[in-house]
Amino acid sequence: MRYLPLDAVDRALMLARVGVSHIDEIFADIPADKRVSGLLDIPTRKSEIEVERILSSLAKRNVAAGSVPFFVGAGAYRHHVPASVDHLIQRSEFLTSYTPYQPEIAQGTLQVLFEFQTQVAALTGMEVANASMYDGSTACAEAMLMAHRLTRRKKAVLSGGLHPQYADVAATLAHMAGDEILRLAPDILASEDIAAAIDDQTSCVIVQSPDFFGNPRDLAPIKAAAHAKGALLIAVFTETVSLGALRSPGEMGADIAVGEGQSIGNTLNFGGPYVGLFATQSKYVRQMPGRLAGETIDAEGRRSFVLTLSTREQHIRREKATSNICTNSGLCALAFSIHMSLLGQTGMQRLARVNHANAVQLADRLSGVKGVSVINECFFNEFTIRTPRPAEELIETLAKKGVIGGLPVSRLLPKAGLDDLIVVASTETNSDEDRAAYAAALAQCL
Amino acid sequence: MLNNQGRPTRSGEASTADTHTFTGNRALDMEEALIFETGRLDATGVDIDEPSAFVSRLGAHARNSEIGLPGLSEPEAMRHYVRLSRKNYSIDAGLYPLGSCTMKHNPRLNEKMARLPGFADIHPLQPTSTVQGALELTSDLARILMTMTGMSAIAMSPKAGAHGELCGMMAIKAAIEARGEGATRNVVLVPESAHGTNPATAALIGFSVRSVPTGADGTVSPDAVRSALGPEVAAIMLTNPNTCGLFEREIAAIAQAMHEAGAFFYCDGANFNAIMGKARPGDLGVDAMHINLHKTFSTPHGGGGPGAGPVVLSKALAPFAPVPYIVARGDTLDFVEHIEGSQAFGRMTAFHGQMGMFVRAIAFILSHGADGLKQASEDAVLSANYIRVSLNDLMSSPFGDRPCMHEALFDDRWLKETGLTTLDFAKAMIDEGYHPMTVYFPLVVHGAMLIEPTESESKASLDLFIMTLRDLALSALGGERERFTAAPRRAPRRRLDETRAARQPVLKWTKPAPA
Repeated sequence: MRYLPLDAVDRALMLARVGVSHIDEIFADIPADKRVSGLLDIPTRKSEIEVERILSSLAKRNVAAGSVPFFVGAGAYRHHVPASVDHLIQRSEFLTSYTPYQPEIAQGTLQVLFEFQTQVAALTGMEVANASMYDGSTACAEAMLMAHRLTRRKKAVLSGGLHPQYADVAATLAHMAGDEILRLAPDILASEDIAAAIDDQTSCVIVQSPDFFGNPRDLAPIKAAAHAKGALLIAVFTETVSLGALRSPGEMGADIAVGEGQSIGNTLNFGGPYVGLFATQSKYVRQMPGRLAGETIDAEGRRSFVLTLSTREQHIRREKATSNICTNSGLCALAFSIHMSLLGQTGMQRLARVNHANAVQLADRLSGVKGVSVINECFFNEFTIRTPRPAEELIETLAKKGVIGGLPVSRLLPKAGLDDLIVVASTETNSDEDRAAYAAALAQCL
Repeated sequence: MLNNQGRPTRSGEASTADTHTFTGNRALDMEEALIFETGRLDATGVDIDEPSAFVSRLGAHARNSEIGLPGLSEPEAMRHYVRLSRKNYSIDAGLYPLGSCTMKHNPRLNEKMARLPGFADIHPLQPTSTVQGALELTSDLARILMTMTGMSAIAMSPKAGAHGELCGMMAIKAAIEARGEGATRNVVLVPESAHGTNPATAALIGFSVRSVPTGADGTVSPDAVRSALGPEVAAIMLTNPNTCGLFEREIAAIAQAMHEAGAFFYCDGANFNAIMGKARPGDLGVDAMHINLHKTFSTPHGGGGPGAGPVVLSKALAPFAPVPYIVARGDTLDFVEHIEGSQAFGRMTAFHGQMGMFVRAIAFILSHGADGLKQASEDAVLSANYIRVSLNDLMSSPFGDRPCMHEALFDDRWLKETGLTTLDFAKAMIDEGYHPMTVYFPLVVHGAMLIEPTESESKASLDLFIMTLRDLALSALGGERERFTAAPRRAPRRRLDETRAARQPVLKWTKPAPA
C-alpha cells in the first residue's frame, strides 16, 4: 500500500520490541465478541490510475459551471481565482500544518490570520474580525447566540430577505437551545417593516444586504430601531464582492457583521468548504466565537503573532465557552487573504464594478424577453426575475438547452407562493455571449 | 560528531555564534513585513478591465468610503506567502505527533481529484439533474462510512468535528423531545478526560453538564456512569478510543446502562483512526458518532481547517437526521432539503456539506481498500506502542504498562526532580526539528504529553524520534536546564509573550500615528 511505509520486517521487529507476537494482542481491550472478523464490505485497494479513472468518471457526470452559460448565485458565486492562489495554498507548510498551537513554528499561519482579520475588518467597516468560521450560515447562527449573550435576551428577529437556509440554520439552533425566533415572511421587494417586529425582548435583528432576492438594504434605520429597544443589529452578506461597491455594514451601524467569504479565493465546491467571516466592535470581542490571532513579542523582542483571548474557547472554558467551534476554515481563509492581497482596494472596487455592470447588462437583456420582468429597483450582481412559467420547470428546460439560468426561489421556499421567481447572478466570469445565449434560450422556452 | 566527509552530522553542533544580521534574516529564515506595510492602495495584482459605460443600479447604496486595503503585484504576493510559509512546521516536512489530531500523510492524489472541474466548479444550487455524479459520490462515501462504523444512517453536512458533535446531540435532543421528555432530560454526562468541545457542545443547546470521573486505569467504569445516571440524563459523550489513548473496555456495558436508563450514547469519533476494520461503533451500542474526515481520512488540516464531520446514527436516531439527505427517485438521485413531513430536526448549514473534503476522503478510502484501512489502523497502533515501550523506562506512564491504541500518553512525574515542565520539554523538541506532541491534554493527567505518530512514519523515522526523545529525557534527568528553559532557540521565533497578547489585544494592523 503506497501510503504505508512499514513493511512486514519492520512490523515483526516492532511487535517484538512491544513484546507481543501478533498485532491482535495489542487490540485485546476490544471485547472478543465485538471485534470485526475478516474484512469490511468496502472496495478493494486501487492504484492511483484506477482512483483517477473512477473519480473522473463521476466528475464527468456533473455539469461544471465553467462549461456552460452559468447564472446561479444565492449564497455561492463563481468568480475567477488567480492561479497563484491555488498554488500558494498547496504549499506543504500551509496545507499540511495544524492549528498554530506552537507559535514559534507557526508564524506563517499566524501572520496570515492577522492579515486576514485586518482585511475582513476593513471590508466590513468593523473594528475587529476573527480568524474565520465554517461558512456564512453558521457564522450567522453564532452571531445570533453572541447577541443573546450580550443582551441577555433570547429572541432574534430574522428579516424575510435573509437567505432561507441561513434562516433554517439559525432556527434549528434557536429551537434546540430553547430560544425564541421571529422569522418574517419572505420579502421580495425589501418592503417589510422590521422596526415593528422589534420589542423589548428582542436580542437582535438579522438582516441581509444585498438580500436573498438581490436588493441592497439601508441598514441605518433598522439599527436605530434596534438600538432604541436595546437590541443589536447583525448584518449578513453572502457575496463579499458586493463590499467593493456597497456601503459597508460598519458604515450603516452594524454591531456584528457576518458573511460568506467563498467569493474571494475559493471555488464553488458544491457548497463546501467555504469560509465564514465574522466581525464586530472591539467592546464585544470577549463574547466573540472562534479563534483570534494577536500581536505580541518573543523573548528577543521581535514582533510575533499568537492565538489569543483563548479563555473564550472550548479547550479552556469547556461548557462555559462562547462556542464549541474548534477546527474552522484556515486554508480557505488563506485563499481569501491571498486573493484579497492581490486585488487590494483598487482591484476589489474594479471587480465589483465589473460584476455590477455585467448584472445590469443581463437584467437589460432578460427584461427584454417577452413576459419576463426584473423585480428589483436596485441590485448589485444578483437580481430576481418573474417569469410566466413555473420557475423550477423553466430552469430544468433551460438546463437541457445547456444554460444554467439561476435558482428557482421555490426550491428554497417551496410553499411561499413564489413559484414564478428566479434569482439570477452574473459575475465577471460571464461573457456577453453567455448573456445573449441565456436571453435567447429563455425566449425559446416562453 | 563528524561524518566521513568531515561535516558535522548535526546542524546543532555547527555553530552557536552570534546570529546578528543587518536585515534580521537568518539565511533562509527571513523576516517578512505585513502586506499593509509594503502594499500600495493604488496597486493591484489582478488585471481587470473597467466595464464600458453603463447605468448603475446601486442607487443610494453605493459605497463612498475607502476600503483601505493595499494591493500587491503577483511577484510580491508570491514572495510574501512563500516566505511566510517557511515559518511553518508541516507534516510534509517532519513527524507531527500531535495526540488526538491524527496528523497523517495527505496524499496529493486527493488534492488533484478535488480540483477536477466536475467537483470544484459545481454550484450547490444548480439543478440536481446536472450534479448526479456529486450525489453519487456523496452517497458512496456515506455508505462506506456506515459500513465501517456499523451504523444505520448518516448526516453528511456537518462542517467539522465539533459541528458533527452538535449535529449528533441535536438528533438526541430531538429524539428525547419526540418522546415528550424534552423538559425533563436535560443533563449530559461528560467524562473528565473529554475534549473541550464535548461539554461546550452540550451547553450550546441547553444541556447542563455532569462530570464523570476517569478511573485509576484511565478508562470510565460502568459503575461511575451508573452512579451519575438518573431520569434527568439525556446522554453521555464518550470518546473511544479515549483521550488517554485507551480503548474503553467496558464500552458495551456503559452503552447498555445508558439505554436501560432511557438515555443515549454519543461517541466522539476523533480517534477512529485506531480501529478501522477492527471494531465498529454500531456493535458497541453507540447511537451517534462524528467522523473527522480531516483526521482519519487524510484531508489536510490546512493550518486550522477546513474539516468535515459527518455523523453516523443508530436506528433509534435515524429518523431525526437533519436535511439535506439524498434519496433515489427511480434511477436518479435527489436531495431532500426541507423538514416538512418528516421528523428531521432541522438544518446544520447552508447547502450540503464539505464536498471538497468528501472527494479527498473517498480517494483515500479507495486507495487503501478494506485491507489497507485495517492495516493503516494496525500500523498506527503498532507505532504508538513502539514509541511507548521505547520511552517508558525514562518517562512516566500514568496508567502503567498496558498497551495503548494509536496514541501514547505520558505524564510529568518523571520531570519532578528536574524542575522542568512539560512545556519546556515540548519546546526543546522544536530545536530538534520536531513538532511537539499534544501537551497538557487530557486534563486528567498532570503535565500530559500525548504522542500520536499515525501510520505514516517509517521505522527509521520512528527510531530517530525515539532516540531524540531519549536524548532529551536523559539530558533533562541529568540536570541540564538551558536546553529546555531557553528553548526553542533555533526556531523562527523564541518563546512568545502570550500574556501581553491577551492583556492588550492587538487583533489587526492599524496605521501608525505620524511621528
